[in-house]
Amino acid sequence: MNEIPLTHILFVSTALFFIGMYGLFTRRNIITMLMSIELMLNSVNINFVAFNKYLFPDKLDGVFFSLFIITIAAAEAAVAIAIIINLYRSHNSIDVDDATEMKY
Amino acid sequence: MNISSIIFYAISALILGAGILAVTSVKIFRSAIWLLFSLIGIAALYFWMQVEFIAAIQIVVYVGGIVILIIFSIFLTQQSGKDLPKPAISKMVFSALAALFGIAFTFNLINHYGFDNTSSAPFNASVNEIGMQMLSTSSYGFILPFEVVSMLLLASMIGCIVIAMKSSTSDTIPLNNKKD
Repeated sequence: MNEIPLTHILFVSTALFFIGMYGLFTRRNIITMLMSIELMLNSVNINFVAFNKYLFPDKLDGVFFSLFIITIAAAEAAVAIAIIINLYRSHNSIDVDDATEMKY
Repeated sequence: MNISSIIFYAISALILGAGILAVTSVKIFRSAIWLLFSLIGIAALYFWMQVEFIAAIQIVVYVGGIVILIIFSIFLTQQSGKDLPKPAISKMVFSALAALFGIAFTFNLINHYGFDNTSSAPFNASVNEIGMQMLSTSSYGFILPFEVVSMLLLASMIGCIVIAMKSSTSDTIPLNNKKD
């Protein structure tokens, strides 16, 4: 357990965050963009838990932050999917390039 | 290198590999399944860090809730066998360059900072501790955010129903033409 330094866990979460960022930049489909956002939120959760465990083991604040992030991510995903279904009903597509009425 | 480090690197490889496949796969349903594997890997990482409660929450909420919701919306909104359109080459190259630059920059920062941990207190994240602190009304208790987040969940539930509700009349008939 102690052989793995904190920096290695931070490397994993950094790489996961930028993988999510790459997906957010390249995808044009709203559902896949939502999946990329979920990856980024998860990398933040890993950071909170790792910092709590390694640097402040006598407190539990990082664990609580990740609990609340998970809750808010669930609410966000539910609202996003309601919006996606409504958008599909009105535009017959969930591509962000097809929903440009409010662009300019 | 003992067995614990080997497990850590295996879990990391699972998370990152499944994550890369989730953002690059051309079939949207496969992309969702790779996301599922990546989230399971993150839950395994929480188990490895001995934060069992967060790991259980991760499995229940993400793997059992959000991914199922995403798969349902894929089924509702598009043909899952169809390939996604490929992004433009220039956009792929520049996004990959931006991501690689960000990774290199942050790796450099983390490597130089080092994070020497001074505290050596035992880490106790049992469900008992988490529950006592979450519902405690003293200082360092989390009862206020707990209540606020429950209000947020209620509001988002009502909001989802209102947004996704199919209105029978106003879609077809404009408001000023409606009788009575």
